[in-house]
Amino acid sequence: MWLYDSSVGKKVVMSVTGIALILFLTFHACMNIVAVFSADAYNSVCEFLGSNWYAVAGTLVLAFLVVLHFVYAFILTLENRKARGNNRYAVTSRPDKVEWASQNMFVLGLIVILGLCLHLYNFWANMMLAELTGNAGACGIDPTDGAAFIAQTFGNPVYAIIYIVWLVALWFHLSHGFWSAFQTLGINGKTWFNRWKTIGCIYVTVVIALFIIVVLRFALCGGAC
Amino acid sequence: MANTISFKLRYWKQNGPKDPGHFDERDMKDIPTDTSFLEMLDILNEQLVEEGSEPFVFDHDCREGICGMCSLYINGTPHGKTEQGATTCQLYMRRFHDGEVITVEPWRSAAFPVIKDCMVDRSAFDKIQAAGGYISVRTGAPQDANAILISKEAADEAMDCATCIGCGACVAACKNGSAMLFISSKVSQFALLPQGRVEAKQRVKNMIAKMDELGFGNCTNTRACEAVCPKNETVANIARLNREFIKAKLSD
Amino acid sequence: MATIDSKIPEGPISQKWTNYKAHQRLVNPANKRKLDIIVVGTGLAGASAAASLGEMGFHVLSFCIQDSPRRAHSIAAQGGINAAKNYQNDGDSVYRLFYDTVKGGDYRAREANVYRLAEVSANIIDQCVAQGVPFAREYGGLLANRSFGGVQVSRTFYAKGQTGQQLLLGAYSALMRQVHEGTVELYTRYEMQDIVMIDGRARGIIARNLVTGKLERFAAHAVVLATGGYGNTYFLSTNAMACNCSAAMAAYRHGAYFANPCYVQIHPTCIPVHGDKQSKLTLMSESLRNDGRIWVPKKLEDAKKLQRGEIKGRDIPEEDRDYYLERRYPAFGNLVPRDVASRAAKERCDKGFGVNNTGLAVFLDFSEAIQRLGKDRVAQRYGNLFDMYEEITDENPYENPMMIYPAIHYTMGGLWVDYELQTNIPGLFAIGECNFSDHGANRLGASALMQGLADGYFVLPYTIQNYLSDQITVPRFKTDRPEFDEAEKKVNAKLDHFMNIKGDESVDTIHKKLGRIMWEYVGMARNAEGLKTGIKKIDEIRDEFEHHLRVPGTKESLNVELDKANRLNDFITMGKLIAYDALSRNESCGGHFREEYQTEDGEAKRDDKNYFYVACWQYQGNDDTAPELSKEPLKYEAIEVKTRNYKS
Repeated sequence: MWLYDSSVGKKVVMSVTGIALILFLTFHACMNIVAVFSADAYNSVCEFLGSNWYAVAGTLVLAFLVVLHFVYAFILTLENRKARGNNRYAVTSRPDKVEWASQNMFVLGLIVILGLCLHLYNFWANMMLAELTGNAGACGIDPTDGAAFIAQTFGNPVYAIIYIVWLVALWFHLSHGFWSAFQTLGINGKTWFNRWKTIGCIYVTVVIALFIIVVLRFALCGGAC
Repeated sequence: MANTISFKLRYWKQNGPKDPGHFDERDMKDIPTDTSFLEMLDILNEQLVEEGSEPFVFDHDCREGICGMCSLYINGTPHGKTEQGATTCQLYMRRFHDGEVITVEPWRSAAFPVIKDCMVDRSAFDKIQAAGGYISVRTGAPQDANAILISKEAADEAMDCATCIGCGACVAACKNGSAMLFISSKVSQFALLPQGRVEAKQRVKNMIAKMDELGFGNCTNTRACEAVCPKNETVANIARLNREFIKAKLSD
Repeated sequence: MATIDSKIPEGPISQKWTNYKAHQRLVNPANKRKLDIIVVGTGLAGASAAASLGEMGFHVLSFCIQDSPRRAHSIAAQGGINAAKNYQNDGDSVYRLFYDTVKGGDYRAREANVYRLAEVSANIIDQCVAQGVPFAREYGGLLANRSFGGVQVSRTFYAKGQTGQQLLLGAYSALMRQVHEGTVELYTRYEMQDIVMIDGRARGIIARNLVTGKLERFAAHAVVLATGGYGNTYFLSTNAMACNCSAAMAAYRHGAYFANPCYVQIHPTCIPVHGDKQSKLTLMSESLRNDGRIWVPKKLEDAKKLQRGEIKGRDIPEEDRDYYLERRYPAFGNLVPRDVASRAAKERCDKGFGVNNTGLAVFLDFSEAIQRLGKDRVAQRYGNLFDMYEEITDENPYENPMMIYPAIHYTMGGLWVDYELQTNIPGLFAIGECNFSDHGANRLGASALMQGLADGYFVLPYTIQNYLSDQITVPRFKTDRPEFDEAEKKVNAKLDHFMNIKGDESVDTIHKKLGRIMWEYVGMARNAEGLKTGIKKIDEIRDEFEHHLRVPGTKESLNVELDKANRLNDFITMGKLIAYDALSRNESCGGHFREEYQTEDGEAKRDDKNYFYVACWQYQGNDDTAPELSKEPLKYEAIEVKTRNYKS
């Protein structure tokens, strides 16, 4: 099957899962930003997406995408290292054209994964998982009060900084990943090259900015502003 | 009259693929800036031979930037790339400075094993070409050349893709040792021409399969290949290659 | 003197090839599989021949010295390929291409061969387009053409300034297709060392594996040499570094005629020599002469200032420029044939009008073209050449005229072949630049690609069958026969000899000296006295080679110095052969200019009464003995032999 035994096929899996994850992030960012305006509104969104069967199915699909994206990245990286050979250049230089992010996607991806684990521990475990298992959340906060979790987590400056670092790494990862996905799918060419790069840059910056705004909002002025 | 420069040359010596290899160093004195990089290496070899040592081995032939034989990694870049895009043989010493250290290495990639010093084995490219880099037409009497109309745009673009000289700089520069720029240039040339469309699907599948089999890496769109290509091939070709491949696979 | 049979078919010239094909003997498909053919060289001629023969069903062994067949030096041809298509409706025809080629060759080519070349030229374009060669097109989608030196029609097809590359890649892809099919076995980084003769026929080769240094044996029913020309005898030439004449010399030493060695083409538009470290000369495509105008200053004092670097070309006003080609040859102007343009440049420089520091350069000026067409159009046509020029010389040709000077480029002479492209050794064929056949004393621009592909795609695959048809009962040869033992022993002894000289000079040092002698005494303008001196000096070089050569390393491993020494050994013999031929040809024609034989205004003066023949030289047992001359008289039926005139 070409999706796992050809190099382009593997890249297609990377780009399709990548694009799906970007769409998820977009949705997630839109949802988060609600918390900036109203805690109640945010909580009702959370409630709407609460512990029901379609949310569970969605989560499973999402988890599957992440795992697939990660496993393929791991395989590709291993193969690429092998193809590169054992001898390294004594002198190297990075041409201006080559983005730093493009050469460090795997490392950036690892940072994103680590951040994701923390994020699941901070929020998902306390909210969705808690609701599903019926265990009360930590710190005595009701699992349905998502806004309170946000306020609590980002009220801690250590978390706020870690999240911002994480989001910056994610920005780098996506800034390359976005146009790269279209390139891999072949939806690119001489004229669309710069267009995709520009669209990608703006799009990714907006999404990440939405996330960062939420972090900063709660880190700087706590629960009430 | 002619300007000269002096510098330290570090050049890679390796006796066959199994040898770990090492750098030799030599102070090169009063090299005219009008000489080409390879002529500078000729001077080095003249000195070495006169001292009774074996010469430094590297591939070179036409010395006018078209045969694709020369393949040196100079100061961290394949062909010591200049703005216009040139091969090693078209690099002139006026690009270097007095007192500089110049490091010369071979293409390093698992698919290009070192034969000796900076001479590497690029026969993998021939194998990929043999897998499908052609239009299956017999020698004989095909239809009149003007019977196939090809728009100037398509012909020009196909020509741009066809200028690839198969030097392997793309593989040497790629952190993944990927040959996608090379293959995509060939696939693009034929994909853009009506003559090539007939067997386009089979061609792209066969060439990619051969590439994978030979141990080249996977493209991660870093564009290092495009940045160093002496013939200015672009990653737009790689996008076309991907498109052709996906189309071919989806229609299977 | 032996009689020489060129096997030209009967009939009127336009029917000869058709008749030949209709009556030649063929090999049936089942038998083709049983026949092996060795093709040495993978340039246009070699690659196209190997591909076509493989496709027909023969078992082909293809050899090249580079790491890939695609590197052969045909790839460097820039300008284009001629074909009598008459797409431009400017009155072109097979006859006119034939006529132009014979005339351009100064009436020293074999009529029948040239006519056949013109006939198949149109097929080449069809074939290449079908292969996906991206020739330049017009907006309507039709093929574009341009004009080239020595002709009055536009019949040259081109792919930017890289026509040779595109055609070679076309032939290479056809070859690789056959490699994939299994009909062609490819041997890269192998160099032929000798031909193995069995019962008077060429039956195999000894080749050196350039990576391991080992000698290997290959047997076949026929051997085809497609190994190019001998231009590197002059050390500095537009040839690639590895181009050599060793395969042709091996054939010559086995008794093959070497025809017209003195016809060496000097290309008028090369980048001038800059210093003694230079390893090769770079050609600027002849197509530049379509829009560029060649000139030197009218006033000697301006030339002196240019030589001292006090002024630049653009500083000289229009009225003080001498467009000497337009002045001397009003009808053809800057588009006169190569030999004429080269000599005219030399004439001006000899008079002191040279424009660079060595005094050995003339201007090629695009200012008028830039005014007429605009910089963009000029850049579109010649951009890559201009960039290349700037990279090499550090001068911008859009602002200041280019400087050019003639350089050794192509050799019209080569192994003698008959109409079937077979040498006088049965079973040994020579195609492309390696043979002498089609260009007479001078080759027109864009004709080398045409000849290489004509030989490889459309001529040899037919004619070789005429030879092979009675070989079908000959079983495959084993390589343990005494003939192979003997040949390998000889090669080994030769290589041992080079290793054991243990002198103090590198191969290139001696080669440079040979090159200077060749250029000075056997170069663009020759005379009897100089040629005799040249021969003596070449003998001295031979002596130097025998006593001072140093080859480091060992014979049984990769050894580039040994490879070069082996080639130089043959260049020395070749150099002397060129000089002998030049000395015996007491006339000026095409690429051969003898100062004693010129008209009052300095044009070449042919002697059709005494020299209307192909000079065929035969080896006399060793490299030091003078070769023996035989003559193949030329017979012209279709064309009246006239003095070439590019003036009116």
